[in-house]
This record gives sequence, structure tokens and C-alpha cells, in this order.
Amino acid sequence: MAFPTRGQTRYVAGAMIELRDIHHRFGDRIILDSVDLTIVERRVAIIGSNGSGKSTLVRLLNGLLVPHRGTVRVDGMDTRGEAKAIRRKVGFVFQDPDAQIVMPLVDEDIAFGLKNLKLSKDEIARKVEDVLSRYGLEHLRYQATHTLSAGEKQLLALSSVLVMEPDYVVFDEPMTLLDLRNKKMMATVLATLPQVAIVVTHDLDMLSGFDRVLVMDSGRIVMDGPPATAIPHYVGMMS
Amino acid sequence: MTFALYIARDTPLHRIPPAAKLLALVVAGIGVFLIPDPLWLLPLLAAIAVLFVVAQVPLGATARQLKPVAFLLVIIFLAHGAFTSWTLGVLVVLRFLLLLMMALLVSFTTRVSDMIETIETVLRPLANIGLNPAKVSLALSLALRFIPILAEMTHEIREAQRARGLDRNIIAIAVPLLVRTLRLANTLTEAIEARGWDPDPPARIRR
Ligand SMILES: Nc1ncnc2c1ncn2[C@@H]1O[C@H](COP(=O)(O)OP(=O)(O)OP(=O)(O)O)[C@@H](O)[C@H]1O
Ligand SMILES: [Mg+2]
Repeated sequence: MAFPTRGQTRYVAGAMIELRDIHHRFGDRIILDSVDLTIVERRVAIIGSNGSGKSTLVRLLNGLLVPHRGTVRVDGMDTRGEAKAIRRKVGFVFQDPDAQIVMPLVDEDIAFGLKNLKLSKDEIARKVEDVLSRYGLEHLRYQATHTLSAGEKQLLALSSVLVMEPDYVVFDEPMTLLDLRNKKMMATVLATLPQVAIVVTHDLDMLSGFDRVLVMDSGRIVMDGPPATAIPHYVGMMS
Repeated sequence: MTFALYIARDTPLHRIPPAAKLLALVVAGIGVFLIPDPLWLLPLLAAIAVLFVVAQVPLGATARQLKPVAFLLVIIFLAHGAFTSWTLGVLVVLRFLLLLMMALLVSFTTRVSDMIETIETVLRPLANIGLNPAKVSLALSLALRFIPILAEMTHEIREAQRARGLDRNIIAIAVPLLVRTLRLANTLTEAIEARGWDPDPPARIRR
């Protein structure tokens, strides 16, 4: 897949997520406050202090959460009514690999999402094989998922999402629990993804290849730009 | 402890449909308890042993599963010997052993997901009385998946509390375990939703 560029920034043709006038509360606390955002870039990072609302924001993108006010549209579809179709478009990788592997065996877990798509047995088997070999997991095919290493678990979690062929993949701190080697492995996998990737992270080192970085603070996007300007801003904020 | 015993091989036993294997297990399980004479059970045990060979189950894998139970069987045998009769002891132990071996054979040759799918199919008629087979089958998979994780978590928390001398304090173990379990369950729910799980039976049944 080729990516058209505008200046330095890469785009995926036709892909767009739009958030309009988003407000979200938990109880009395305002968690997201007037967020307006249009995502068309191929690599978007979201950074910000703990509790600034990053996870809440990204949960809006595939309808896991519906905002109290405002609309979220993915390729024109509203998450408020078309959650099912949007789940197919937007994959989600969580921080804790243990909490997102559903099935007892590796290949069963990869097949889980495909079964939900109601694909035929043959098609499921073919796609599972494809993804196993793409990410070098063939030898783990029949292994019990709880016996995998943390790196293998996160790779499995990612494979189980990618096998559903989403157009967008959201990552909420995908590397926080990984060691240095597995962080590098995940970064490499991330760099080669053909999809739009929206990544929440505290790891500023991995942002160099990104097209756009959003900085969040107390439920607002306080900075929005390329890594070269957004990161120094964030570092300044934190000190 | 692991429930994922499946050993991938291409043998006639692996190819038998899971429903047939489960049915055979139930029937044979009842049969074993109807046979009153240990002498009749011995050839059955030999037959099962042959099936293990046919299924190409490594001896080590079987031994690993039987080891923790062997102690229990010895106790049962001794108890029966001491309080009733040795013959009865042999009978009871043989029954248990047979049952265990048969269950193991099915586990070694059947994928958990196939087994669960079978259970889902069997339960399908119950959708009419409000039981959702898709939910039951997901619950079964999750139980199989999370029992080892809960065991691991308990172990980790005990280790951590041991450092503070609290490893015998039930509260000091139960509370963090509960907190971690709830957090795990929370993310898990989202992860299942995010991967498009849809438990609703087709509209035809619902209306
Ligand atoms: N389900 C919930 N119920 C109540 N409050 C919540 C809930 N989820 C999040 N919050 C609160 O919303 C705020 C923002 O949370 P969020 O998880 O979005 O932050 P974050 O930027 O992802 O933080 P972190 O970097 O720690 O992951 C936090 O103060 C949190 O306590
Ligand atoms: Mg977060």
C-alpha cells in the first residue's frame, strides 16, 4: 500500500475519524471537555499525564464508550448507532495482554474475532494460518495462551486484532508492560502496519516516525502538531 | 494446572467428531459404574491403553496428568481395604482410573474450542427457554482461560505478601486478588466487545 503525502505527513486515502464537540463525564467529574478532532494521518500518537483522559478519548473511537455530548464518526458512520460496523473497522489493542486474550489456545484466540464476523470455517482457518506465519507464531499455534511470555502475548493480542483486517488500529499503551527487546519488536511491527494507527503512549522515544502528536491535559487537547514541536511542549509542561 | 491438553496429531481418534467422543465418554463413564466385577474392568483398561497408543499420546504427558491423582487413588484403595474389602478397593480405584483415562483421551484428542462448540450446539434448543448458548460457551472458554491466570495471580500476591510476613493472612491475599480480578474482568469485557462479540441469537428466535 502506498501512502500519499502532504509535506512530511502521510495519509491513508479516504480514511477519516471525526470527533465533534465531545464532552464526557464520570459522575460529576469532567473527563473530556470540548474535544474537536479530525484524524486523517497514518500515525497519530496521544500523550499526556496520568488521568488526562487519553484512554477515555480512544475508547470513543470504536464505540466502546459513547460520549455524553458530541458525535464520533468513523468514515462517516456514527458510533452512536453503528457500533457493530465500526468495531469491524477499528481494532483495539490494550495495555495488559492477559486481559485481552480470550481463548485458552493461541489459534483459538486468533479465530475468536473471525467467528464473530461469522466467516466460514475454511476462511477462518486460512486467515489464522496467514497471520500466524506473518508474525512468526506458527510454532506457538497450539500452545496454552497463559504459558506465553509477555512479548508473545502482546504479539498474539495484536495478531488477533489484525486478523480481522481493520482499517484503523487503536493502541492504548501497548508496550508499557514489555521489556526493552519486546518494545523494539512491537515498535517494528507498528512501523510496518499498513493501517492507520492511533497510539496512546508514555514512551516518547517511539514517536519519531509519527505524523502527528496530540498532547492531552485535563480532558483537553492542549497541543497538536508534529513530534518535533509537540514533544518539547509536553516535556516543558511536565517540568 | 492446565486445561489445554490437546496434542495435535492426525490419528483416527482425532478425527472422530467431538460430539461422538463426548457421548462415548458419558456412556462409557456410566458403563464403568455399572460393571460390578474388577476382572471385567481390566480388559477395558487394556483397551483404553491401546487407544492411547493409537492416538499417539506421549507417555510423559499421560504420566504428568496421572501423577497428582495417583496419591488420591492410593488413599482410596487403602481406605477401602481397611474398612470394607480389598476387592472393593480394587474395583473403585479401577473405575476412577478408567474414567480419568477416558476423559484424558478425549482431552488429548479434542480441541477445547471444538468441545465447547459441541456443547453450544447441544444447548441450542434451550435458547427457547431463555438460555443463551453463545453466552454459555463463552463463559466456558473464559473459565478455562482464566483459572490458570487466577492461580498465577494468587501465587504472585502470596509471594509479595510473604515479603511482608502476610502470606497467611487471608484478607491480605483476598483483597488485592479481588481488585486485580475486577480490573482484569473490566478490560476483558471491553476486549471481547472490541472484537465484535455478539451474543444475541438470530432475530428469528428472539421474537
Ligand atoms: N469508569 C470510570 N469511572 C469513573 N472514573 C473514571 C472511569 N474511567 C476513567 N475515569 C477517570 O477519568 C480520568 C481519565 O481517565 P483515563 O483513563 O482516560 O486517563 P489516561 O489519560 O488514560 O491516564 P493513564 O495515563 O493513567 O492511563 C481519570 O481521572 C479516571 O479516574
Ligand atoms: Mg490510560
